[in-house]
This record gives sequence, structure tokens and C-alpha cells, in this order.
Amino acid sequence: MLEVRELTTKYITRFKEDIYAVDHVSLKIEEGRSLGIAGESGCGKSTLALSLMGYYFPPLHYTSGDIIIDGTNISGMKADDVRKSILGREIAYIPQAALNALNPTQKIIRFIEDVVKAHDPTVTKDEIYEMARGLFESLGLPAEVLQKYPVELSGGMKQRTVIAISVILRPQVLIADEPSSALDVTSQKMVIKMLRNLMDNGYVKAMIFITHELPLLYNVTDDIMVMYAGQIVEKAPAHEAVFDPLHPYSKGLMGSIIVPEEGLRDVKLAAIPGTPPNLKNPPKGCRFAARCKYVRPECRVQSIQLRELENGRSYRCVIGEDELRELYAREAE
Amino acid sequence: MADQRKSCLTGKGVTKEFGFGRTKTVAVDNVDFDFKEGEVISIVGESGSGKTTLAKMLLGLISVTKGDIYFQGEPRDISSQRKRRTYWTQIQAIFQDPFASYNIFNKIDSVLLDCIKMRGGARLPYEQKVEMMTEACSFVNLKFAELTNKYPFELSGGQQQRLMIARIFLLKPKVLIADEPTSMIDACSRATILDMLMSLRNEVGMTPIFITHDIGLAYYVSDTVYIMEKGKFVESGSADDVILRPQQPYTKRLINDVPKIYEEWDLSTV
Repeated sequence: MLEVRELTTKYITRFKEDIYAVDHVSLKIEEGRSLGIAGESGCGKSTLALSLMGYYFPPLHYTSGDIIIDGTNISGMKADDVRKSILGREIAYIPQAALNALNPTQKIIRFIEDVVKAHDPTVTKDEIYEMARGLFESLGLPAEVLQKYPVELSGGMKQRTVIAISVILRPQVLIADEPSSALDVTSQKMVIKMLRNLMDNGYVKAMIFITHELPLLYNVTDDIMVMYAGQIVEKAPAHEAVFDPLHPYSKGLMGSIIVPEEGLRDVKLAAIPGTPPNLKNPPKGCRFAARCKYVRPECRVQSIQLRELENGRSYRCVIGEDELRELYAREAE
Repeated sequence: MADQRKSCLTGKGVTKEFGFGRTKTVAVDNVDFDFKEGEVISIVGESGSGKTTLAKMLLGLISVTKGDIYFQGEPRDISSQRKRRTYWTQIQAIFQDPFASYNIFNKIDSVLLDCIKMRGGARLPYEQKVEMMTEACSFVNLKFAELTNKYPFELSGGQQQRLMIARIFLLKPKVLIADEPTSMIDACSRATILDMLMSLRNEVGMTPIFITHDIGLAYYVSDTVYIMEKGKFVESGSADDVILRPQQPYTKRLINDVPKIYEEWDLSTV
């Protein structure tokens, strides 16, 4: 479905410094699967999402690697071609505060007309209306929304409207970048339900979901990928990523989960000390070394390769799988 | 059995109305509360339930339409600017967006200098002020020497929020109102901020009031939880009682809407 090989992209600052925000990232999503990307602010989650679309504009620049959707490599394409043939059709993107992107002076139906006509100018307004009405109704949104102005809708409703608009052309892959972090819990749940709906009904074939809320990822996606300082540090099925994390950083992330369930109050929240490295000149060895409890001399010598495990998991650490689990068990005591 | 602890903030029939006539909205509707000294309180509700309005009334930032607020058993008096300032040395707040709390044209040490001034340290020699500021910054794991010449926008969100906590460290108020202190911060820094707030509470002996929609956070930090719906407290009690054994349908729904990891998350209820 979507395959990314060794993708590297960089930001060039106005002082001509290179910042590699996405560093040799490889991932693969099969049809019908969803992938969650977790990590703290500034770790490159959103840059990865932008890079995946193949649509680069300064200061973001493409460096190397391949992005393959349905057999076509889009990594070398011109920005204009990407916009015409890839965005909306192959990949749809929902940015963070998508609900603020609606122009308050236009009715919702006008946005949909814009999207559809940009890709196919021959469609008539009535056809678009019918198309939109069908989509909205099947997603549980009232069709009256189409004739309303954005200000008449609540935040959660706007967000769901934007998501509906993004899938009007039936894209293959949907990238949702923190689609629910501006909303309260009830609207968040509606958004999540809708995204699940999109997957189940085949409106999108695969989904990438980006957030820093792990409990949310756990409930939405099949696999979880943890990023740190532009690199993938761990990739695992959702259940294992949450309950049996291997990389010390993912372990730390899982320690910061807050859920209103029995037993939480006895757990001491574990904060990860320190701050992420500056990507202008990243450390030579492991990028997490400065904050890691289990750091060893060899960690700082050379960059660590991603270790592939037999069951499809992978993580980036010098310490072996069993040894890490042992360390965590001892820590827990 | 009557509670022996001293009351710190008490409210009787506190009401806030906005607008007149047909457009009248009751944001906070006749609420009574009695926050005890030293306990950690959370007020939980959805957006629009009136929790921030209540916080603003407690802080004296907006007027109270009806009802009375008592501070440490005495009726609160904030009728003049001077009295308000005295009140604010006792009760302080941290807001959701730390950036909005700074004057963007001032370097950030001015924020801390203002705090020292509020505590009556305006005439102290500069070296002593620097010493106090350094101590406050090291409490929140920031290096004062690196910060002195910076403007607020040069700091990350987490750093800004930590500096707000350093401010509270200098002011040592009796009550701290934390209005969504972690909702703009990512999950990993959230634990750090909460840890700092809780250790600050032990250090200074203040009463924190968390205003939040994150029921998990409320459960984690607080002794007493108040659930607010449409301007009214619908349920209150100890955190274990309210969150593990909720009685009201509204509380049940709120808890149900939070993604879980140990239990099945029921998506069919929305």
C-alpha cells in the first residue's frame, strides 16, 4: 500500500544550517492497517507526515529515500504534480487544528466544490452535492451541515466536517496529525469513532495517526511507532508497544500515561529527565544517550542501527531484548 | 463528623450571569463549595461547563453576580486595588497558555523580578534578587544564567510553563489555581510539570486547585474531585469515590469518553 524506504528530509534555516528532522525512516503499511506515530513535541512526527505526502515547500527539503504508493514512487515528483495527482486522491492529510482552516465566509458545500473541481473540473454542482450528502450521511453527519457556515458549527463538528471533506475523493491513505488534541473528551471520541468508521467502511484503505496521547493510539491503531529526535526508536503492535516496550525511551513514554482507572494512583508517574538533543548537530552515538538510565560507553561511539526482531518488531538500542526486560523488571522492584 | 481542617476557600451560592434579558446565560449557577487547606482539589468538566468562569471569580478577575466567597473563613474583600494586590499575594494562578502570561517585549527575568516585588522585596540588593531567582529556576530545572537575556518566545512551551511554576515558587501563595496547566504540553513533559507542582505544594504548603477536562489527571493528583456540568456541581467527593464509583450519568459519560488501556473502550456510546 504505502512503503517508505530510508526517507530523509531536512529543514534549511535562514543561517543555511541543515536540520534533519526525519532521518532514515522506513515504514510499510498494508491495506486495511493503521499505524500510530508517538513521540514528544519536536521529535519529527509532523515533519514525517508532511514528508510522506511528497509535497515539499521551503524550509522543508527532500534529501533522499523513496515513498511508494500503490507501486508509484512519488519522492522525486515536482510539487505541482504532487498537488494535482497525489494530494486528496492518493494521500489525504488532516492537519493539527484543521477546524481553524475553514474560511468563515463560505458555506461548507463550497469547500467541497473547491476540492472536487480542483481535481475534475467537469463535475456539476448538483453531482457534488449528491456526492457530499451521501458521504456525510454515511458518516453520521447531518446533511444540513453542508448549507451552514463554519461559525454555526461546534468545534467537534467542524473537525469532523474537515475529516469528511478530506476523504471525498476516496484517498488511499489518510494522515491524521493530532486530529483530536484541540477537542474535549466527548468530541474526541466522536472523531475517533468517525476515523474508525472510515477504515471499516473502506473510505480509506490505510491510516496514519499521529498523537502524543498513547492511550488514544492504543485504542485506534494496529501498530505503534515511536519517534525520537527524527529517528524511529521502536515499532511494534499496539498492545506490545504499550505493555512491553523495549527501547528505554518508549518505556519512559509509557510511564507517563494517565488514565482514570483503578491502580493509577499507586503508580508513580515517571518523567524522562532532560530535553531532546538539538538536531543541528545531533550526538554521534545514540540520540537518547544523554537522557537514558541504562547508558553504556558504547552507546556514544557510533550511531545505533534499528534491530529487527523475528515477530516484526524493531527497536534501536545496543542492549539485547531479554536484558532490557530484565533491567525494567529490576527497576520496577 | 465535622471536618477539623481549616477552610481555605468557601463559596455560598456563587452565581455568575452574562448578558441580560433574552441573551442571559448563567455560567456558574448557585454553587456551594468548601475547599480545605492542604488538600488537592480538582474541578472537572467539559468545555463550556463554567469551570474557568468559576476560577476567574475565585481569583477576583471578574465580579460575582450573586453569592459570597470567603477566604480563610473571612469574607473576601477586593474592593480596592490595594486590597486586590494583597489578595493576589495569597492566591495565584497558572493558565493553559503560558505564552499569554508573559509580556512579549520584556525579557523573562522581569517576570520573576515582579514576583519578588510583590512579596515586598523591591528594595533588596540586586545580588540577593539574582540569588532568589536562581534558586527558583533551579527548582524547576532551568538555568537562570541561560535565561536572563531571553525573550519569552525563545523558550519552548514546557520551559515557559516551568517558568510559571518558578514564579509560584517565589510568590509562595496559599492557593494555586491551575487552569488546564498541562493541556498544551505533550504527554512526557506533563509528568514533569505535575511532579513539580506537587513537590512545590509540599515545599510551600499551598492548596492547589486543578481545573481540567482530563479526568485521568484529576484522578492522579487530587484528593477531592468536583464534577461540573452546565454551571453546577453534579458530583463531588474523594477521587476514588467519584472516579471509580461514579453515581451521576454525566460523570459516567465523562469517564467513559476517556481512552482506556486496561479496559475495553466502548465506542458505541456517542
